[in-house]
Amino acid sequence: MKFKTWVKSGDPWIWMIGGALGISLIMVVGLLSLIAVRGFAHFWPSPLVLTTATLEDGSLTQILGEVAEQETLPAQRIREAGGDVPEDAVLATRYLFKIGNREINSRDFVWHLESALSEWTYPEEAVVLERRKGGNFYGFPVRLQYDGELVAEGDVLWPELQSMISSKAELAEQIQRIEDQEIGRINKGLEELRLIERGLDYNNVVGSERSEAMAELDARRAELDADYEVLRQERNRLQQEARRGVLVLRTANDENVSVAVVDIIKASRNNAMGLGGKLAFYGGNIKDFLTGFPREANTEGGIFPAIFGTVTMVLIMSVLVTPFGVLAAIYLREYATQGPVLKAIRVSVYNLAGVPSIVFGVFGLGFFVYLMGGSIDALFFPERLPAPTFGTPGLFWASLTLALLTLPVVIVSTEEGLARIPRTIREGSLALGATKWETLWKVVIPLSAPAMMTGLILAVARAAGEVAPLMLVGVVKLAPSLPVDGEFPYVHLERKIMHLGFHIYDVGFQSPNVEAARPLVYATALTLVVLILILNLTAISIRNRLREKYRSQGD
Amino acid sequence: MNTTTESKDPIPVSAGSFQSGRNRLRIEKEDICIEARNLNLYYGKDQALKNINMQIPHNRVTAFIGPSGCGKSTLLRCFNRMNDLIDICRIEGEILIDGQDIQAREVDVAEHRRRVGMVFQKPNPFPKSIFENVAYGLRLQGVNDKRKLSEVVENSLRAAALWDEVKDRLDDNAFGLSGGQQQRLVIARAIAIEPEVVLLDEPCSALDPISTAKVEELIIELKEKYTIIIVTHNMQQAARVSDFTAYMYMGELIEFEDTAHLFTNPRQQATEDYITGRYG
Repeated sequence: MKFKTWVKSGDPWIWMIGGALGISLIMVVGLLSLIAVRGFAHFWPSPLVLTTATLEDGSLTQILGEVAEQETLPAQRIREAGGDVPEDAVLATRYLFKIGNREINSRDFVWHLESALSEWTYPEEAVVLERRKGGNFYGFPVRLQYDGELVAEGDVLWPELQSMISSKAELAEQIQRIEDQEIGRINKGLEELRLIERGLDYNNVVGSERSEAMAELDARRAELDADYEVLRQERNRLQQEARRGVLVLRTANDENVSVAVVDIIKASRNNAMGLGGKLAFYGGNIKDFLTGFPREANTEGGIFPAIFGTVTMVLIMSVLVTPFGVLAAIYLREYATQGPVLKAIRVSVYNLAGVPSIVFGVFGLGFFVYLMGGSIDALFFPERLPAPTFGTPGLFWASLTLALLTLPVVIVSTEEGLARIPRTIREGSLALGATKWETLWKVVIPLSAPAMMTGLILAVARAAGEVAPLMLVGVVKLAPSLPVDGEFPYVHLERKIMHLGFHIYDVGFQSPNVEAARPLVYATALTLVVLILILNLTAISIRNRLREKYRSQGD
Repeated sequence: MNTTTESKDPIPVSAGSFQSGRNRLRIEKEDICIEARNLNLYYGKDQALKNINMQIPHNRVTAFIGPSGCGKSTLLRCFNRMNDLIDICRIEGEILIDGQDIQAREVDVAEHRRRVGMVFQKPNPFPKSIFENVAYGLRLQGVNDKRKLSEVVENSLRAAALWDEVKDRLDDNAFGLSGGQQQRLVIARAIAIEPEVVLLDEPCSALDPISTAKVEELIIELKEKYTIIIVTHNMQQAARVSDFTAYMYMGELIEFEDTAHLFTNPRQQATEDYITGRYG
């Protein structure tokens, strides 16, 4: 009887509902905290361990590096895998060391069983160098040289090294600027000249007109070549200059290795850093990750191009989808004759939201890229063919495909918003002599703006996280340049872009260096989640402001 | 204005003056503002108005009373063609305003609605400032001169007895006003474009007694300039504000008469039953 009353009171249902909510919350929070912890931990300067390992053939080797991972396995499994575990052990722990030093070691990462390791020490003078190429270097600095001459040794070495790193970084930046911008400008000029020449062929320009044009082209080409020669020499000089500073380090196994200072991005003595130093270094690492460009097949460096590409694409997508979606919804709700045909159209639109996104990708590639892009090329850029301009995946097509993908969301919420506007408000406007269009434009659309924003929020959330269709229509592993820059026309819709979602896939599953990439996957995933959150919060705050403005008393 | 009383006495407008002995108001031909001839209205297959014939005079307040669903709002909405918005609605017969058929093909609906303003049951201000709400109709007509707009807005708000309450916050959102203020704002909005006729569809049903009193006062003042038709459920209200009253029942016009006479001396048994509360 008691149980019956308990059931009747509704308590079990409340428990069930609460439990369901609790489980969902735990899952979401768990997922986010896993990503956050793993992602943030990557940037923390971890201690540098020095220890001696006994190899399988009995020889000893010194290890200096960071502990990347540890795992405890049944001893049996390790024995089966050929590991040397003591007879009586049931469990065995093994550590994954990041030892870097690619010029000496064949692998960045090595596993060692705990039983094969001697005692661990954390020498204060050990340094880790983050390098432009070749990955990290772990060792003990011996001396700093300039043109083979000793510059610093012992205590003064460290501050000298830091100042030389920053001065060389400026040099490296200069070189980069010459290569990217100035030589890039010349290449662009040469490409233009080539296109003009192609254009002459294409338009069948012959005779004296042609020879005149050709003479001018040749003159300009020679000019550019001369410019290039000057720049090339300047660059070579700088490069030589940059190579002159060298840091000599001793590895854990007492080999001496020279590293050009210009290749060093950061040098840190993790064991000697205090908490404040570590925090500062940590902050710097995160900043570099967010604002830097990727290196070494995306396994090192930052993800700025991916963040930038994602944001640009989402913004262009919003600009495309909002007018289309809103106009379609207005027609469907306000002007179209309600009836079976409209019902069918509406059902089709709603169902479009359920079509797998890869299908949109295929459609985008076939229709937008090849058909529309190809036609644009044939009409406007014939001299560049067969090299495509718009007839190849790029930013605009990616945005357009996503706009198509998210169109139903915007249409549905706008329609709902329009349907919610009280009839009396419309009648009020009509009664003052407004036409239907004036009523829509001046009263109904402003009132339903929050609903449109809701649609846009959902669209942005969906679009920012989408990966599959983008792989077909414009997102690449490594884009040579950003889609927005200082060159006319500033926004390059035809360029390929990088995207955080695809970056996660690429770094995590297509990378040659899985161990190094794993923490980056978490960090990138965290960035993507935070980015979507920021985009959504922005949209939500705009919507709330609109709501506040158009809040009506009745509802 | 032509008074159409047989006596020259001022027209009693308060319920207290319902005494027998006063002469009936009559409607002369030249006073007719709105005329319905053999008006039938159908929603799909249902007939909502049945053969309505009535003549509504200029510069008077005419009230429509009757039980819910009797067609009084529908009839009101015929006068500014609001029923056009309902797809299944079909109208037969003629509605003349100043002798002109408003259903004629060449009539511009928007233009017509400018001449026949309407105020609805629930206050429906636009999501704009108080000023812009009143200026809305003028802006539609292309008036953008700030001085002219300010002048009209002030006059309309004064006419609607709202000016003193809102003159310091004309730029605030209209939704911030109370229900009664909103309803007066909506009336100001309607008269800002100087219509000939103002239709009021249960304008006080969502208001408290004090706001109601203010709106009623306003209605009586407004008849100086406008022809007013009011639909109401409240018989005391009809008695208080109107000169003529039409009693409708089941889509038919049962009785249309001078208000004082209709309430004190109804000709039809049905009307008497309704006004004495014996109806239903």
